[in-house]
Amino acid sequence: MKLSSKDLLGLENISADEISFILEIAKDMKKIVNSSMKKVNYLHGRSVVTLFYENSTRTRVSFELAAKYMGAQAVNVSVASSSVAKGETLIDTGKTLEAMGTDIVIIRHHQSGAPHLLAKNISASVINAGDGMHEHPTQALLDMMTIKEFFGTLSGLKVAIIGDIYHSRVARSNIIGLTKMGAQVNLYAPSTLLPAGIEKLGARVFTNIDDTVADCDVVMGLRVQLERQKKCLFPTINEYARFFGINPENIKKAKKNALWMHPGPVNRGVEMTSTIIDADNSVINKQVTNGVAVRMALLYLLTGREEL
Amino acid sequence: MRILIINGKVTYNGIVERTNVLIDEGIVLSTKAAADIEADKVIDAGGLYVLPGLVDAHCHLRDPGYEYKEDIISGTKSAARGGFTSIACMPNTNPAVDNAAVVRYIIEKSQKEGYVNVYPIGAITKGLEGNELSEMGIMREAGIVAVSDDGKPVMNSDVMKKALIYAGQFGLPVISHCEDLNLTDNGSMNEGLTSTILGLRGIPSASEDVMVSREIILSEYTNVPIHIAHVSTKVSVELIRQAKNRGIKITAETCPHYFTLTEELAGIIIPMPK
Repeated sequence: MKLSSKDLLGLENISADEISFILEIAKDMKKIVNSSMKKVNYLHGRSVVTLFYENSTRTRVSFELAAKYMGAQAVNVSVASSSVAKGETLIDTGKTLEAMGTDIVIIRHHQSGAPHLLAKNISASVINAGDGMHEHPTQALLDMMTIKEFFGTLSGLKVAIIGDIYHSRVARSNIIGLTKMGAQVNLYAPSTLLPAGIEKLGARVFTNIDDTVADCDVVMGLRVQLERQKKCLFPTINEYARFFGINPENIKKAKKNALWMHPGPVNRGVEMTSTIIDADNSVINKQVTNGVAVRMALLYLLTGREEL
Repeated sequence: MRILIINGKVTYNGIVERTNVLIDEGIVLSTKAAADIEADKVIDAGGLYVLPGLVDAHCHLRDPGYEYKEDIISGTKSAARGGFTSIACMPNTNPAVDNAAVVRYIIEKSQKEGYVNVYPIGAITKGLEGNELSEMGIMREAGIVAVSDDGKPVMNSDVMKKALIYAGQFGLPVISHCEDLNLTDNGSMNEGLTSTILGLRGIPSASEDVMVSREIILSEYTNVPIHIAHVSTKVSVELIRQAKNRGIKITAETCPHYFTLTEELAGIIIPMPK
């Protein structure tokens, strides 16, 4: 099997079979991440560039390490100190990188659709590392990998996603990906942070945390940006934590073996209490490890490999 | 305890009747009781009206902060005197009712020292400034029954939209003081011949009408109820009537002076009717 596109722009346009395939390959890649000899040569001679127009630690480092573990040349473009600051367009920047022999461009951009624009204009592969409020497909893939690792399947599972759905590309990619894989997604957020028509993506919207998590296999918190209170989306951090934060009390109706997840970085005590973040059921750090594995799998598949 | 009120005037279905009312443990058992029926306490109404406790959903107790104007004791006393047993008080105090501590202060003080039931209304925005939402959820747990920035409008339509969506999630009705401050332009009385003669800056009726229209549109858009406070213009009444007919969740109130007095009574000597 091969991926149908040269790029990974979102989970919207890839099939359930492709998702399963990526997750299968990622399982093998994880063995490399967990070994003491983290170097293979599948991407020997290939070059990978990370082009981040937005701040990031974990995603950028995760991609860079994934590329290096696979034996590729990995270069990080720091947008603030690049010719982008001199006014170069995204397409020109992409063509310049391609002219230097770049095989894969990994892009994060504050505008929704930027990776798609880039992908249309260069023949190198483009991976979306987060575009605006649109998609963050590798995060959803690593989340699905983590869930599948524990339950063996995604089909038939119930996943609660709680927090700022409106601004979250993680939520959108997860809703699309999880429903595609046969899971049920329950949502809860301040009503000001629920985007219009979200239930039409196949998710169910609830009016309190207790009902949202009832019978769920996974409870996922989302980062709330603290400056959103200035925009009248919620009154204070205090009130947010009180009514929309996940704590041991309001999570009781979830299944006993349910997983607690969070894409990070976490505001401890706001979207989740420390008792949840540090609990045995919390897989937040496993998500990070799986992030490297999923990205290795994607780099591998997008450079034209079919199977290991 | 059984209470018998004799010689009272009772209105029922538009008919005023001189009769006796029998009440047991707060429940009206009969409005046509015999005058000699057994009771623990007999009150002679002496021909006065007998009414259930009235409710005023729009009061100002001015407490905390402006106790020199009114306080919880004087405000609840005058409510009781006028037949009102439950009142809701507006949050434009100092500090404003925009946090649970002030809500608890009002509830505790009125329970200890007040004369009627007091239901605080919380602020829509912090400090009634129209910029950031107040802690509506936490205040609701403390006992508020609605939110309002009464005394001021929420001028920014986006803030009002989000406030409605947020308040709706907590089941809190929103009460709007409808006034477009740009149209009001520091005016101090109704715009017209009287304002011209007195040399006072007039407030156009459009100042109220524009905001009533906005609230109707936002209520329909968010599906959250809005109560329009102190309606005073003809156009507002028509707009509200149309909105109600269309099934939008709009309610309204007015004040006695708006339908009993006109600005012609205003003068340099007696300025209040303005």
